[in-house]
Amino acid sequence: MTKKLSMQDVILTLQGYWASQGANLMQAYDNEVGAGTQSPYTFLRANGPEPWHAAYVQPSRRPADGRYGQNPNRLFQHHQFQVVMKPSPENIQELYLQSLEKLTINPLEHDIRFVEDNWENPSMGAAGIGWEVWLDGQEVSQFTYFQQVGSIPVDSVTAEITYGLERLVSYIQDVPSVYDLEWGNGVLYGDIFKEPEYEHSVYSFEQSDEKMLLTNFDQFEKEAKRLLDLGLVHPAYDYILKCSHTFNLLDARGAISVTERASYLHRIRSMAHSVANEFILARAKLSFPLLKDQDLREKYIGKKGIYTKKLAKRASQEQRHGGK
Amino acid sequence: MADYLLEIGLEEIPAHLVTSAEDQLVSRSEDFLKKHLLHYDRVQAFSTPRRLAILVRNLADFSDSTDEEHRGPSLKVAKDSDGAWTKAAQGFARGQKMSPDDFTERDGYVYLTKHIDGVAASEILKSIATEVVEQMKFSTYMRWADYKLEYVRPIRWLVSLLDTAVVPFTVLDVQAGRVTRGHRFLNTGEVIIAQADDYEKDLADAFVIANAQTRKETIRKQIHELADRHGWHLHIDQDLLEEVNNIVEYPTAFAGSFSEKYLSLPDIVLITSMRDNQRFFYLTDEQGQLLPHFISVRNGNGDHLDNVISGNEKVLIARLEDAKFFFQEDQKHSIDFFMAKADHLIFHAKIGTVVQHMARVSKIAALLADKMGFSESETQDLQRASQIYKFDLTTAMVGEFSELQGTMAGIYAGLFGENAVVSQALSEQYLPSSSEGSLPQSRVGALLALSDKLDSLFSFFACGLIPSGSNDPYGLRRAALGMVRIIADQKWRFSLKELLTDLSGLVLAKQGAFAEIQDQNLTRINAQLNAFIVDRIRQLSDGSRYDLLDAATSKIEQGDVELILRRISFLASHADDTNFKEVVEALARVQSLAEKNPSQEKVNPDLFVNDSEKALYFASQAYFADQISQLNDQGIYDYFVSLKDPINDYFDSNMILDKDPQIKKNRLAQIHLLNEQISTFGDFRKIVTK
Repeated sequence: MTKKLSMQDVILTLQGYWASQGANLMQAYDNEVGAGTQSPYTFLRANGPEPWHAAYVQPSRRPADGRYGQNPNRLFQHHQFQVVMKPSPENIQELYLQSLEKLTINPLEHDIRFVEDNWENPSMGAAGIGWEVWLDGQEVSQFTYFQQVGSIPVDSVTAEITYGLERLVSYIQDVPSVYDLEWGNGVLYGDIFKEPEYEHSVYSFEQSDEKMLLTNFDQFEKEAKRLLDLGLVHPAYDYILKCSHTFNLLDARGAISVTERASYLHRIRSMAHSVANEFILARAKLSFPLLKDQDLREKYIGKKGIYTKKLAKRASQEQRHGGK
Repeated sequence: MADYLLEIGLEEIPAHLVTSAEDQLVSRSEDFLKKHLLHYDRVQAFSTPRRLAILVRNLADFSDSTDEEHRGPSLKVAKDSDGAWTKAAQGFARGQKMSPDDFTERDGYVYLTKHIDGVAASEILKSIATEVVEQMKFSTYMRWADYKLEYVRPIRWLVSLLDTAVVPFTVLDVQAGRVTRGHRFLNTGEVIIAQADDYEKDLADAFVIANAQTRKETIRKQIHELADRHGWHLHIDQDLLEEVNNIVEYPTAFAGSFSEKYLSLPDIVLITSMRDNQRFFYLTDEQGQLLPHFISVRNGNGDHLDNVISGNEKVLIARLEDAKFFFQEDQKHSIDFFMAKADHLIFHAKIGTVVQHMARVSKIAALLADKMGFSESETQDLQRASQIYKFDLTTAMVGEFSELQGTMAGIYAGLFGENAVVSQALSEQYLPSSSEGSLPQSRVGALLALSDKLDSLFSFFACGLIPSGSNDPYGLRRAALGMVRIIADQKWRFSLKELLTDLSGLVLAKQGAFAEIQDQNLTRINAQLNAFIVDRIRQLSDGSRYDLLDAATSKIEQGDVELILRRISFLASHADDTNFKEVVEALARVQSLAEKNPSQEKVNPDLFVNDSEKALYFASQAYFADQISQLNDQGIYDYFVSLKDPINDYFDSNMILDKDPQIKKNRLAQIHLLNEQISTFGDFRKIVTK
């Protein structure tokens, strides 16, 4: 290793590598999310039988993890490099390990392990089976086979790989604090993010307007449900994400009592369930254009296909409520 | 004779499932071979994080041949009047692809005996895919790609070799062959196995120690050598060794260090960081003082070990740095501060907050302390402990290291100036943490732990959150079993039934989440809870005789846990007495008769007609029923033994249900008197005597 890879070198390398493995490079989603999983490029696309391969960087906001720019590891916002491959390829572990080699991590010079860790996101009704990947004892990635998304058992299993970029690059650059990381061209992570980290922490813990946020949550929820009724899946999903982020802000502020907490999570989860359902039906109406395999087409959208039946049932329901 | 190799290649199996999966593969394979009448010498088993395998030694080339007898038509139908075979008989023979010449005649029917040849092992083994591989069951399972099969982790390759020949089959899209994979990094090419017997050696050459036992011994030896070389004292936690063994295929042990400044942290914090979080073995000096070093095991060889060591040290130091910060921060506050923060903590959404739970536990503890005759100072310490015992839940340390709850309460309580009894009780509040885990050593700790479990059980039952089947999300079985073990260990005597009635009436019901509970529901809840706890007694005495357990539990309706357990072992200690059968039978006879013929009468000696009645009456006058319960078990039993002969004489000499209604009534009164005495001890009808 002559020159240590910068944060942007790592991003560029991972993008190039996964693009060459058949992933489409998406851009970070333009809505506040807590993790790459919440991007519609993962959450929505993991539903239904259509293949989907994507990779993208997702800045992820977790208001409660803010530490005023003082903690070397914890951040209000960190960056995830997200890869989703659906259906999960037979050699997904090998593909992942090759990506580490591209990042100059030679497995023969380190100890790399797959340690059981089953991931769950109760607010989005998502759960999967997988591992943390340990690099010399440090967790650098999360590796998950989605089993349920939006509380719906998946048709086709997505393999999700999430690289925690700050951790991974801290390891590569061997620096004690994320703020000492080189983002690129000699500019440090701290030069870019220390100030926003401080300000967002002040906002999340001290200055956020509790009343406004509580009202916002209710309004966002109402809007999401209205849009769901209209079958406007993607706008509805945006409002669900807004609910989720608003909840996270309220939670960080300590504005939600423990009893209320469960009920807020339930409200988000039930919307996540509806939107996942609507997304699949919307794709089914389009006849799952990305699904090419003939046997699977027959199974899902053929004459006696699972979704052919569901669509028929939906159509007859709509007819009964006709005119509305 | 041949050897058969089956290997299932998987993505990394969770460490805690590897060993049980290996056992399961062996037992399913043995059942499979037995079912198909294929003989073999033995089955060798192999497992690593990425593979489960068996090698069947000296497998027969063919399965056993068998004779199957089929019954045909009756002779009347099979033969015509001339004694020739009818169409029906010929049809039967044809159906079995044999001829009427093969018939045997017996019991008025014709029979055909069909000889079924053995089948080649290479044929039978093809179905090992569907009958063994696909049948494996796991406590965690998943789906992958577009397949429906649920398995512990995705299947990536299969090896199926009968000596040198592949026995072909496919599972999903994976075709069985002779190609396996070596160590992920040390051996990148394919490993081709020429014959089944080469398996272990071929894998060893590819940097995989396939035999789990061999691998474990290798690790044990390496870590001991490392420790010995530095003069360190090694503490091998068997569970950790097992786990480490199941996350490596080719182990290389290494040692790392951390700054001595972290040794100021409580030992348990250091040990948890090393053992639970990083899977390190910790080290001490001769005196048991922790050393600033650790030993861990890499999945690989000794090359570039420096990278691995410095990486692992860095991760541990980051953790210890956090822990040190938390430890210092927490000590800036007080128990009151943490209790105030605990106000928001929820115990369970349906039940209420942790603080409400503690308030009930405090009342239960006070009530029990009174029953158990606690001294004034014990009662005071218990009182204090029960008011603060969950404060550590809001400390930064427990926030980060949740497995230290309770332990940290004890440590911090000491630092915050609580006395030693209170601190110890706090540290023992969660004990026993498993079905065989250690019990609270102090009386105050034991009573706190008992009260906490009791309130948890009552609360969950009252809200209808009762465990069903294998589903016990709140660990209530463990809590109830823990209660039973604590009571037995402390030899505490009380009636569970009475206690529950007292508690639910005085302490638990009519407030908070339980305000709505109606009296009749309360009775039902208590009955369910009582039965649930008695079931745990059953579980605890698993292995001892069920009949004795039934005898001891069914009449002790008050649910005196300690008494029940004692009676079981008492009866077991007499079960081999020469007169045990006779004594039990005599007592059981009385109990049966009394149950069928209830009586409220007093015995009237004036109505006696013979000596056997007098003898039994005088024998049974030795004690009143309530005096009997004052005797120790041996005393009661000796008294019962002394009743045996008079009872038998009585039954031999008298018709109990005499024609004279007066005499009948009097004799039933005598039986009833005895039954009252006997039943204070148990139900002897439940005991099986040989």
